[in-house]
This record gives sequence, structure tokens and C-alpha cells, in this order.
Amino acid sequence: MDVDVRDGLLYTDEHEWLRVEGDSGVVGITAFAAEQLGDIVFVELPQVGRTLERAEAFGVVESVKAVSDLFAPVPGEVIEVNEALAAKPELLNSDPYGEGWIARVRIADEGATTDLKDAAAYRALIGA
Amino acid sequence: MSGDAPASGSTLPIVDRPPAHGALRPAVGPVLQPTLDELSRPGRHVTRIPHPPADALAGIPAAQLRELPPALPEVDEPDAVRHFVNLSHLNYAVDTGFYPLGSCTMKWNPKLNEWAARLPGFADLHPLAPDAAAQGTLQVLWELERWLCEISGMRGVTLQPAAGAQGELTGILMVRAYHRSRGDAERSEIIVPDSSHGTNPATASMAGYRTITVASDRRGGVDLDALRAALGPRTAAVMLTNPSTLGLFEDRVVEIVEAVHAVGALAYMDGANMNAVLGKFRPGDAGFDVMHFNTHKTFSTPHGGGGPGAGPVAVGEKLLPFLPAPRVLREADGAFRLERPEERPSSIGRVRSFVGSVGVLLRAYTYLLAHGGSGLEEVSEDAVLAANYLRHRLRGTYDIPYDRVCKHEFVASASTLKHETGIRTLDVAKRLIDHGHHPPTIYFPLIVEEALLIEPTETEALETLDDFADALLAIAAEAHADPDAVHSAPHTAPVRRLDEATAARQPDLHWRPMTGAQMPCSD
Amino acid sequence: MPYGPHTADDRARMRDAIGIASIDELFDDIPVAVRARGLDLPEPEPELELSMRLRDLAARNRVDLASFLGAGVYRHYVPAAVDQIVSRGEFYTAYTPYQPEISQGTLQTIYEYQSMLAELTGLDAVSASHYDGATATAEAALMCLRATGRARILVSAAVHPQYTGTARTYLDGSRFALETIPLSADGTTDLAALERLLADGERPVAGVLVAQPNVLGLLEPMADVAHLAHGAGALFVAVVEPVSLAVLAPPGAYGADIAAGEGQPLGLPLGYGGPYLGILAATTALTRQLPGRLVGRTTDADGRRAFVMTLRAREQDIRRERAASNICTNQALCALAATVYLATIGPHGLRDAAALGAARARELERALAAAGAPRIHDAPYLNEFAVRVPDAPRVHAALLQRGILAGLPLADWFPDDLRLRDGLLVCATEVTRPAEIEAFAAALADMTAEVVA
Repeated sequence: MDVDVRDGLLYTDEHEWLRVEGDSGVVGITAFAAEQLGDIVFVELPQVGRTLERAEAFGVVESVKAVSDLFAPVPGEVIEVNEALAAKPELLNSDPYGEGWIARVRIADEGATTDLKDAAAYRALIGA
Repeated sequence: MSGDAPASGSTLPIVDRPPAHGALRPAVGPVLQPTLDELSRPGRHVTRIPHPPADALAGIPAAQLRELPPALPEVDEPDAVRHFVNLSHLNYAVDTGFYPLGSCTMKWNPKLNEWAARLPGFADLHPLAPDAAAQGTLQVLWELERWLCEISGMRGVTLQPAAGAQGELTGILMVRAYHRSRGDAERSEIIVPDSSHGTNPATASMAGYRTITVASDRRGGVDLDALRAALGPRTAAVMLTNPSTLGLFEDRVVEIVEAVHAVGALAYMDGANMNAVLGKFRPGDAGFDVMHFNTHKTFSTPHGGGGPGAGPVAVGEKLLPFLPAPRVLREADGAFRLERPEERPSSIGRVRSFVGSVGVLLRAYTYLLAHGGSGLEEVSEDAVLAANYLRHRLRGTYDIPYDRVCKHEFVASASTLKHETGIRTLDVAKRLIDHGHHPPTIYFPLIVEEALLIEPTETEALETLDDFADALLAIAAEAHADPDAVHSAPHTAPVRRLDEATAARQPDLHWRPMTGAQMPCSD
Repeated sequence: MPYGPHTADDRARMRDAIGIASIDELFDDIPVAVRARGLDLPEPEPELELSMRLRDLAARNRVDLASFLGAGVYRHYVPAAVDQIVSRGEFYTAYTPYQPEISQGTLQTIYEYQSMLAELTGLDAVSASHYDGATATAEAALMCLRATGRARILVSAAVHPQYTGTARTYLDGSRFALETIPLSADGTTDLAALERLLADGERPVAGVLVAQPNVLGLLEPMADVAHLAHGAGALFVAVVEPVSLAVLAPPGAYGADIAAGEGQPLGLPLGYGGPYLGILAATTALTRQLPGRLVGRTTDADGRRAFVMTLRAREQDIRRERAASNICTNQALCALAATVYLATIGPHGLRDAAALGAARARELERALAAAGAPRIHDAPYLNEFAVRVPDAPRVHAALLQRGILAGLPLADWFPDDLRLRDGLLVCATEVTRPAEIEAFAAALADMTAEVVA
């Protein structure tokens, strides 16, 4: 299977990725998830300022035929969301690791990233 | 639309605007139509109603009135009628062909039912007419309630719900009222199997419950151990479809209902699949406390392009006091009347205006009168026979995940076909259209990969069933020989596959407002 | 069995293919303990007898009365084309348009319905239909709760009691509160009381529901209600009657966020309660909160303009327990009837129907006042109003004997209201005949004279 999995990112079992940048992290969904969902038509973004627990549902991604919750990979405060997704939800399909980023979270607990998967482990999870 | 290279095999012209004058287009057969606003011309209307006097609205303050008349299309009768007649030619319907839709029971819609509902004595009756003026309809409703009790093995019926889903909500609201009446405030969960119709968990949420999903076992029934583990003091009810959405009869239904009652919960049966067991199984006999019917499935009322239907709910002893009000009662002298508001204070109240979708219920009533008990039993026998026949025709070509005696429907899968050829259930469905058939239910129930849920019903001739089976076999063969033709189907429908992504990303839900494009009224 | 095609031969061939000797083998999996032994229902009758039985039943209803009864559903002139179109099998026996390629007839007519209701209501997002006015109102209340995250709904006492009753059933009394806004002496919603109810900062209001016209037929100050509701951060739901929208200011013009109402007057028979048509419309901002189906315009693989159900991921089959509503089957054919009605009656016809009804209602008011039954209220009305008739329920029954359906005795719906207990709610539409008005007034005058004498 020829699915785009990026090295240097951390992954959850629910197919979110996390790019740690200092004390915050950028969150999105993987190319695998986007492909499973199909053409994405709507993203329900979290409110800036909201505090999330690890694995808490913080948003929704809707495709033509499916809907999926977004789960927080780490605990923390939402400090920025990608407003571009309101007009162009298809960025999640075309550029899930770049312009399709969903939210930036200030990571509350540095140790929280240790149970996340690295690229190799995620590839194994999806059988890539 | 990702992935599909447009390959124009359709013979229909591309019509984005009303056809240009002089353009080529077929004289008979389906032709795409402009929308009513495109047909509209100022002044092009029919005067059907006398003009009101000039001071008709003099009693109303100007601030309360419209500034401009509504900008609705002005179309003469010939253009209006042709518009709708030509649009009707673009529709598949039970009156044009077979729908093998699992879970929908698309049986024949008898024409006598249409005649009955249109009798002026029924059609012109105001719902608030005094009981004395409504004896005919009240008798119909009273008798229908009794017959549905007999068919379900239950003690009482409400005819109010306008749809199966509304019936589910009504049933679960009664469950809630029951627990509350017993001071049982801990019941916060409803259990559904993973094969359930989406309305079941949606209903639970509407009623304020959390949905607990239990897995089905390898035989396709409810996993009894998983169910027992999920049952507890927080369980308000379990919602079961029987036969299941896999078309399989839950042969441990008695143990399941006993387990539910043992924890003080109630058993709800989704009656969408009653067409399989009329006269063979009555939910009340198995201990179910509440169930709903879909008249537009089991009792032949037409689907109307999405509705209206009706979802009568039948209850056992425990829930009888909570039925929506008003019920139809019969006095000692034989006269019928509606229950008065104060007569049953434990009722959950009303779930809609008036007493029900009576026009739909009349059609069901006529259907039941035409069949009687023996006729209904034959309905189920023929429905089950036809489904098992189709299952045998398809096995070996399509996967049959639960290859045992089914009831009125069965699930097939294109899983192997997909692995071997890349052709998925969606492609098979679209290619069936090129064979003149409406596709079966696809990708449901969710627990079967690449599912095709097939329900022939009892009103399709053997030739039709064979034609359908042959079409499916031909598509499977074509998937190996010429997958592109399947993948880009349909080719012979009035339109090709639609861009649903753009429709959702940039919703266009109405034509551009016509305000300003019309002449004001000449008077 | 009257409609099944299978002969004994067909059944034998199917049994052979399956490899069974008897149909009973296919029902062996039903446990013996719960196997039914047939059904005790009336013996089936051939169509001839059956049709006579149905005629006899229909004849036991009295539909020959001179009717002044409205109270939520109304008699209107319906062009003959409406029933002819909805009787076409391609429309009424079609399934839900999940396969859009072979359902463009259904899909385009729903789009046209959405378009025309958008124009009538002045709101952009129109649901493809809900069950009826009562459930549409209940769902509108639920939309307010979801959209604002608040837990309190205010409903005017002059919203149709069956709509309020349905909303009460739908709202879980333990999670949400539904409170009534009282009426002023003039029969309209008491704005000062509304303001007080909105002022409770501890219990913010999610939505305010007011009807136009209200259940007493009176016109409400909708723009003022919108202003008060929005000032408190609540949404405003207008409960409306669609034919009146031909002449009255529409919800979009006076700031309503949501419009709910009963679409029966748009070409549907009275039918003793249905099937009817739930109208539900909202501003663009609330589109995703709308329950039920929506049809959108798009293109096909060759660029053709076509129609498809859209924003499907809101619905129960996809969202399941996260769906805003469990609605699946709706009232699609009734929406088609409304579409054909609006297309054939046209904007001028619709306005004439509304205005002629208003004119007849004023004639009715004059005639009844002269007969000793004056209006109870003074506020403006369109085509329905309440008159004072002492001992109204008895008079109503007596008039029925004379072939007159004298509206609704208001004691049925307002048993505790001293002013309304002796009232009849009467209406007129464009089909009300002057001779019927005269007969009603004359009969009433007779009875008043009898009482006096």
C-alpha cells in the first residue's frame, strides 16, 4: 500500500498526527484517514482557548458519506486553529500534513508524547 | 469527484440551461428539465381565484404586510404540468420496476389503497371535527389499532407516529416515563446491536440516553455474553431488530428478552422487518414490551419519494398507561370517540398534531382488509421463499457471509470481488442501473464489508427475480473482464455519477431569488 | 393473497432450487414456544366487497357541513393538477432518492420546494420536510438548545397548543425547561412578560417561539419579539402559516432565525390529521443544525446540472447516536404536492387566496357581530378570530345539527381562561361562500333570540 506516512511526526491509534514544536504541537489527520473518509466537506474546529484532555473528542471531520471525531493526541490548551479549513476543507485531502493542519495545542504535559507512535509504528498499524 | 475520469457514454444532451431553440433532443423518453424559475415569465399565470376587493387587507397595519409580493414562478398550466410530467420520467419507482432494497420492503403499492384514501368522506374531514361527525374514520382507526395488537401480540397501539423513527422515539419516551414512574432514576443507557439501523442510536440520543453498542456473534445474532456483560442497573432498554438487519431470525430471542427483564430493563423491537414473520412470530409472545411498525414497509403504503409513512407503536401491559393521547375509544352503544385530555394523566402526551397520518393509515387498513390473517401469512412465506431463492442463485459468485436459512432478506458481499478485481459494491450497484434495476441497499449493515442487502419481497415475479440474479452474475463476470465499464457506471441513466463533494462543500440549496424579476400584480 | 404473482409452480421451482420440501422449513429457526399459529383477523374480502365497505365507512363521516373551522389546518382551493401529479406512480411509488442518477424527478422537485419556501419564508435553508407543524416546532426548539448550548425555551401561550404539547413531549423535562409566555389582554404575546423572562441571567434562554398569526388568529409584533430575543442572546423561532406568507411580512424580514409551520394549506387535503407537511427553515448560519434531508444542486461527471441529497453526514444513518435528529422517512410527497400547488396557483393566486380569505373573514366578523356574537379581541387578524358566544360548546353542538361547523369551541383548548371559555374560534378562506356566512349568522341569531326569549 502506497500511503503517505511522514517521518518525524508522532501518531495516534485514531490516525491523528502531532508535530512537536517546542512547548506546543500541531495536530492533523493522516493521509490514511483522509483517504478512508473520502472527499472531506466540513471540519468542526475547536474553540481557541479550550483545554483538552488526552484522547478527548475536540472536533469533527465530515466527508460526503462519513463522519469522524477528532481526538486530542495530548492534553493541552488550543492556541490556534486553521481557519482556512472553513472555506477549503479539501486541504485535508490534498495536503493533510501541511496546509491541512487542524489545530495547535500548548502541550500541558511533556511526558504525554511518549506513548504516541513513531512513523514506523504507525506504518505497522495501518499495514503499510 | 475524485478518481473518476469522465467517459461520456450517455446519449443524453448536456443541459445546463433550458435547451436552445432548435437544439436536438429526444421526443419521448427522459429529458432533463429546467427549473420552475427558468420557465417563469412575468404575467404568464392562470387566474384561478377571484380577485379580492381592494380593501381586503385594510385592517392590517402596513408594517405587518409584505413590501413586495413573493417572487414565486409564474408559469401557465401547460408548462407547469409538462414540467412535472417530464420530471416524473426521470424517476425510477415501484410502478416502473423492482427495488431489491434490503430493510425497505419495497413491495407493490396497491391501487385500491389510493382510491380509498381519496374518498371525499375521508379526505375532506377536518381533524377537529366533533366525534359525531367522524364516526367512519374513528372506526377505521379503532379497528386498525386492534388488528395491529393481534399482529404484534401486544395490548395497545398508538397510531400517532408519522414514521418508523418517530415510532422509535415514542416507544423510548414511554420507556423513560415507565422508569421515572417507578422512581428509577439510574437508567441512562440503551443497548443496541452493532448491526442496528442508524435511527436506533439516534433515537436513544434524542431521548437523552447514552448508546451502548454490543457486537454480533459469528452466526450473525446478538452475542449473548456481550449483551449480558453490558446489561445492568443503568440499562433502560435494549433495542433489537428481529429478524435482524442481516435478515436472520434471532433464535435466542426468548433468552435475550429474559436477560433484559432480569435487570429491570425493557425490550424494544424494531419492527422494520415484520414482513418476514407475519403470522409466524409475534413480538408480544416473546415478551417484548414495545415495538413499532413501518406501514410503508410491511403494509404497502407508498414511499412517495421519501415519505410520508407511518410508524404505529404497540405496547404490552407495562407501557399501556403511557401511550400518547388521545386514543380512540368505543362506547357501550358502539359509538367511537377520542379520549379526553384528563382521562389518562400518565400518557406521555402527544408526539405530533391531531391523531396520526390518517391518509397513510387508511392505506394500511385497506391492505389488511384485503389480506386477512391468511393472506398476511402467505405474504411472509413468499417473501422468505424469494429471499432464500435469490441467496441460492448468488452463492458461489458473491460472498454470502451468513449462508444459512435467511428470512425476507440476506446480505451478500463484494469483498472477494474487490480483492480480485478492484470493483467495489458501489460500482456493482451503479452497474445494476445499466441492467434496468435499482440497486439493493449498500454498505449496510455496517458490520459487513462491501455489503449488499437484498430483499425481494413477495410481489416480484420469478422472472424478475431471475433477471435480477442474472444481472448480478453478469456484473461479477464483467468485473473480471472489463472492470472500467463497471467502475464508470452508470452509462444509461439520465445523469452520470454526481459531484457530491462540491454539493456539500458549497451547498446550493435554492435557486437565486427572483425578487425584482416579476411584475407586481396588475390590480 | 391479492397481489402476489407466485403460482404453485413458481413456489415449487423456488423450493427445489433451495432444496426444501416445505415452506415450513424456512421458519424452523423460530423457537416453538413463540411460534404463532396464524392471525385472528377478519377474513379477506374480494375488492368489490372491500370497496363497498370502504365507501360505507367514508359515508359515516360528515363532510357536507358549512365549515368555519381552521385552528391550524385550512380548506383552500387546490388546482386539479396537484392531485394528478402526485398520483403519478413515478412520484408516489418512488423510493428515497439515495441513487440520484435515477431519481432526478424527486430531487429536482424537492429543490424547487426548498426554493419556493425560501422565498415565502425569507430564509435560506429549508428542510426537505418534517412530519407536521407540531414536530417542526419541536425540532426548532431542539435546534435552539443545540445551537446556543442553553437549556431554556420560551413559548408564547398563543402558539398552537398541540405544537407546544409536542415540544413538551420532545424536550426532556429533566434536562431542559419549556416555559410559557403569557398573553396580554389584547390576545397577543405580553412583551413585558417576555422581557422579564429573558432577564434571568442565571437561566439564559435558548429560543423564543411566537406564532404569526397566533392560534387566536391575531397578528403579533414579531419584529419586537426578535429584538428582545436577540438582545438576550436567544434565537427567535417564528411559527407561521404558509398561505398567509403571501401577504404578511415573512420571518426573514423581521429577524427570525428559524421558521416552523404546517404546510397543509399548500394543497394538501384535511384528511383528519394527515399526512401533513412540516415546514422548517433557518438562516444559512444554522443550516447544519437542520434535521432531515436537504437537496442541493451540482453537476454530473459530464458537466450536466443535476440534483443530489447533500450535507448527508448530518443524518442518522451516518451520525447514528451523534445525529441531531433521528428523522429518516419524511413527508416528501406532501412537499411535492405543495410544489405543484405553488406552481399552479402562482404568486398572484396565492396572494388572492390569502386576501380573499381576509375579505371573507371581515364579512364573517360583521355578520356574526350583527347576530350577537362580537369579536373577543380588537387586535388585527388575517382570516381567523374568536367571537364571544355564551355557552359556546352547547351552541356549537346545536349548530352542528343545522349543518354548520361553527369553528372550534375555545373551551377545548383554554378551559381555564374566563374570556375564552365562551368563545368560538372561526375562520374563513377563499372557499367560504357568502351564503354560508349568512346561514351561520342567521342560525346564531335564532339561537340568541331563543335564549333571550
